[in-house]
Amino acid sequence: MAVLRMRDALREALREEMRRNPKIFLMGEDIGKYGGSYAVTAGLLEEFGEERVRDTPIAESVIVGAGIGAAMAGYHPMVELMTINFSFLALDQIVNNAAKLLYMSNGQINVPLVIRMASGGGSQLGATHSHSLEGLYAHFPGLKVVCPAFPADAKGLLKRAFRDQNTVIFIEHTANYGLRGEVPDDPDFLIEFGQANIVREGRDVTIVGYSGSVHQALRAAEILAEQEEVEAEVIDLRTLRPLDIATVVESVKKTNRCVVVEDDWKFGGFAGEIAALVMEHAFDWLDAPVARVCSKDVPMPYNRTLEYAALPSEEDVVDAVLAMF
Amino acid sequence: MATRERTRKARSREQRHDYLLSEAQLEEMYYYMLLARRLSERMLILNRQGRAPFVIAGAGQEAAQVGAAMALERGTDYLAPYYRDLAMNLVFGMTAREAMLNVLGKRDDPNSYGRQMPAHWSSPARRIVTQSSVVATQLVHAVGIALGARLRGEQLVVMACCGEGATSRGDFHEALNFAAIHRLPVIFFVENNGYAISERTEKEMPVPHVADRARAYDMHAAIVDGMDCVAVYQTVKPAVDQARRGGGPWLIEAKCYRLWAHSSEDDDTRYRPRKELEEWAKKDPITVFRERVLADGIFPREDLEEIEAHVEEEVRDAVEWALAQPDPAPEDALTHVYKEY
Ligand SMILES: Cc1ncc(C[n+]2csc(CCOP(=O)(O)OP(=O)(O)O)c2C)c(N)n1
Ligand SMILES: [Mg+2]
Repeated sequence: MAVLRMRDALREALREEMRRNPKIFLMGEDIGKYGGSYAVTAGLLEEFGEERVRDTPIAESVIVGAGIGAAMAGYHPMVELMTINFSFLALDQIVNNAAKLLYMSNGQINVPLVIRMASGGGSQLGATHSHSLEGLYAHFPGLKVVCPAFPADAKGLLKRAFRDQNTVIFIEHTANYGLRGEVPDDPDFLIEFGQANIVREGRDVTIVGYSGSVHQALRAAEILAEQEEVEAEVIDLRTLRPLDIATVVESVKKTNRCVVVEDDWKFGGFAGEIAALVMEHAFDWLDAPVARVCSKDVPMPYNRTLEYAALPSEEDVVDAVLAMF
Repeated sequence: MATRERTRKARSREQRHDYLLSEAQLEEMYYYMLLARRLSERMLILNRQGRAPFVIAGAGQEAAQVGAAMALERGTDYLAPYYRDLAMNLVFGMTAREAMLNVLGKRDDPNSYGRQMPAHWSSPARRIVTQSSVVATQLVHAVGIALGARLRGEQLVVMACCGEGATSRGDFHEALNFAAIHRLPVIFFVENNGYAISERTEKEMPVPHVADRARAYDMHAAIVDGMDCVAVYQTVKPAVDQARRGGGPWLIEAKCYRLWAHSSEDDDTRYRPRKELEEWAKKDPITVFRERVLADGIFPREDLEEIEAHVEEEVRDAVEWALAQPDPAPEDALTHVYKEY
């Protein structure tokens, strides 16, 4: 075990997998000498050379599309997109191609590709850099969607993504890159997809989150314990697709209350999916309707005051929980 | 500027003739280039003081920006700038105070009222159109603005700007193709500063010049020394005039250099040789302009010093004033998602 920041844990995963599998190579803007916008690929060019760590032009569609092509040709590329908002420039490649080629070819062509991107607000990057759209990608059958909240999970899940035979959308929260945590150094450390993690145990309410909102849920749980004598159980989904709803349902059957927290917009978002599944599987156990704590229905503004106003807060989570008692 | 009154000495006719610009225009050039640079310097200081979270500036590109913007008709022509184009916006009438409100994300920043990251310029009244952070997207809008003008029967020109890195994007090629098919009055003005964040042009494109790409769209193209404000004006002006008369779009590449790091977040020592930077610093467009007009006897030194003092004062005032302006209130975040009617 070593204490690593999230960005270092991600880099360790890339390094170990690239050493293990010569079919893996990386492409993206400024990932070489520069080391990536969030310094995830720092030092990899020096170790693996330009053939395996390739700086690309600013052209997101071909970055992803060439990744798909190379995957068809027997490689297992990882492409990095600077932010989830820029992934929209490659949306056709991701949604109409990567997610569908296996099905459309009747199982003949699969696309083992890892697409990494940053998401999340709170860093004052404005409306075209900071949205949380994990749920959008989870909507598309054919994609797997991974969104770690802790360094160890980041490493285990990213390593696992390279053992997959499908396209994995790997989404990292910008506010988490500097977060520290214990990370196993065993090169065979993998975390299976579709396994939620109970990161705090409690008996009174289940708070469900992923990526950045897990930390918000944990902070809210602390406030609830200290000020309200409410013990919240916090669940980190870790992957949205496949989704481990069983862990959530089991928890709700114990706590009888459920709050879903996410940075995404509420209308048509992933929190609504969780609420529906909890209702389907644990309706008789619920003491209150499932609550959703999400962003305001606005593009993310830049100014700090405005951005805080748009994003959900710990207090919003606390209020949602208390409203259930 | 126009309000400044000065007495001037008689100057050599031939030399002024050489510039194809009036003395007032040359003064304006120096003033806008210098104002942009001094404002950017103060913005960076505010960033280091923790007062401006993000700064992205155009140091090294002022000559290209001012020369190009001055070739347009203010109040008639449209500008679809990119984030480094502070100097262009100043030429189009944005004030130093407004630029400072913008970098501070203040409530009354007329560019976006604190909503957009700094340097996403906008001023509909001055015909400056806003842009997304996603590079090259303003180029396709420019095509539509030109199309709209044609449909209305208005003779105007749209200048759309970007860096050379942005020309790898599909939007750039789609915009050129569309504009060329319909011979729309768009000047695509590319400020080639040698880098897209850390990536040098060799990694961005196989051709030596962005302007080479015009051939594929059968459109006019020009390459100009972007460190020379006068040369830029002299190149862009005829293109603008021709486009206005219905001669079709232009792709103009200004070769310049990014004298600073990509942004306040960037450490360029990781990827840029110091030697290269030092060589280009010698060609700083503002210093070069100053030395040239002095050597050619266009202005006496005192005239330039007067402009310099004026700029210093304007920047000082802008900072002091903008810092004292109110921040947005939380509820301001919730308006303008849909147009109310
Ligand atoms: C589509 C898209 N991809 C990536 C980015 C991130 N990014 C911001 S500026 C920049 C470099 C742009 O280079 P260039 O067009 O040459 O302009 P310069 O910054 O050099 O003036 C990049 C990659 C972006 N804004 N938009
Ligand atoms: Mg550039």
